[in-house]
Amino acid sequence: MSEAAWIDALGVEEIEPEDVMRFEHAGKAIAVYRSSQNTFHATDGLCTHERASLADGLVMGDLIECPKHNGRFNYKTGEAKRAPACIDLRTYPVRVEGGRVLIQLS
Amino acid sequence: MVRFPATAGTLFKLEAREGSTSRPARDYSLVGPNAKLAVDQGLVAADWYHTDVPRARMKQLMKRTDGPAIRDSVIWLILLAATGFGGYEFWGSWRCVPFFLCYGVLYGSASEARWHEAGHGTAFRTSFLNDALYQLASFMTLREPIFWRWSHTRHHTDTIIVGRDREIVPMRPPDILRLALAPFAINGAIATLVSFIRHSLGRITAEEADFIPEMEWKKLYWQARLWLFIYVALIATVSYFGGWLGLMYVVLPSLYGRWLVVYLGLTQHAGLAENVLDHRLNARTVYMNPFFRFIYWNMNYHVEHHMFPMVPYHALRDLHREVSSDMPPACKSTVGAYREILPALLHQLRDPDYSLPRELPPSARPFRPELHGMASNG
Repeated sequence: MSEAAWIDALGVEEIEPEDVMRFEHAGKAIAVYRSSQNTFHATDGLCTHERASLADGLVMGDLIECPKHNGRFNYKTGEAKRAPACIDLRTYPVRVEGGRVLIQLS
Repeated sequence: MVRFPATAGTLFKLEAREGSTSRPARDYSLVGPNAKLAVDQGLVAADWYHTDVPRARMKQLMKRTDGPAIRDSVIWLILLAATGFGGYEFWGSWRCVPFFLCYGVLYGSASEARWHEAGHGTAFRTSFLNDALYQLASFMTLREPIFWRWSHTRHHTDTIIVGRDREIVPMRPPDILRLALAPFAINGAIATLVSFIRHSLGRITAEEADFIPEMEWKKLYWQARLWLFIYVALIATVSYFGGWLGLMYVVLPSLYGRWLVVYLGLTQHAGLAENVLDHRLNARTVYMNPFFRFIYWNMNYHVEHHMFPMVPYHALRDLHREVSSDMPPACKSTVGAYREILPALLHQLRDPDYSLPRELPPSARPFRPELHGMASNG
């Protein structure tokens, strides 16, 4: 079975530290995060509660807060951390090559 | 100024409550026919209008910090202690009345604003402090924490959508007697007691099941049992050792102190449109004096709060300045707000479909009829 493709999402300088940006691929919304330690992460882009765009939300440390109802997830693990977010977010492997953020989408 | 028509706030003919006679009352039930109508009309968990704010600026406004809430909470607690002490010193004479008046407002009204902000998780940056304040304020406002968290979540998802939002106040046609009695908080206290008992027995109504996910029910039941025990034990202990004086400090101020937040809170949505997807139409921003804003924790910037609930209370004034060119003009005062609210409520007694028209300045993006079904209704 072949490995899922790595998709070029965006340049590392396009996201500020401790921030999030939306990336769309094949109709799917993905949220790409840059932590304060300059690591990059990716999750599904819509909140599991009411499908608000997480890219409009607030990054605090390892957490992303949904802009609609303040539900929170750990964007590194996808774990739902605060109601009304109860269902975990799907996460995707991320690597950085040549100043570009690549995401492995299955 | 562009005006949104007064009658355009009704998308479709709403179903009347069964048994209603000459002045049909709307069916606001979350499991009634209007709930299904809301789904059919695309009003449920829909896309709402948002003012454009650059991301960089929004990040500044959303930024969380502990400082303002710590400062305000310390002041709040000091004032509670000071007014409480004054009430104790003068207990038995009329001189205790102004002290308990102030204590009641600080306990029964200010706590509601703190409940609200901490419920959103925006009061403090530190989660533990938010959670602690939420639990304390829930206790002071006689609110079940889990129940009301989910109720308020639904209010923000489907704000003033008939059949979806259980926090619509007032419902139409307005019950004037109920509104007049609201500052005394008796109805709410009775409803809370009934709710506590029902949940402690492991029962949930069909309406509650509509907005509280099943995975939370067991927690809801156990929390109700714990809180009921705490209230009963507290009332018994305080009464035994302090008599009526003791109860003037806990439980009773949730009733006698609530009047100010009722006065302030009615300005949030009263008289405005139902079943629209633009908070500029169904919420109201009112300028208030610093004392009111301290008690109310800036919830007077209510359009802004609904549009951007991730902005903490201490940044709402700045947010208001940022977006005011895209908003209906704010009411200049609570008196100004009531000057439009009271005639609107009286009008709704005759015509429950009536809602106050909102005007936008020329700088604002126009209301979008397609967000309110006007295009489909022609």
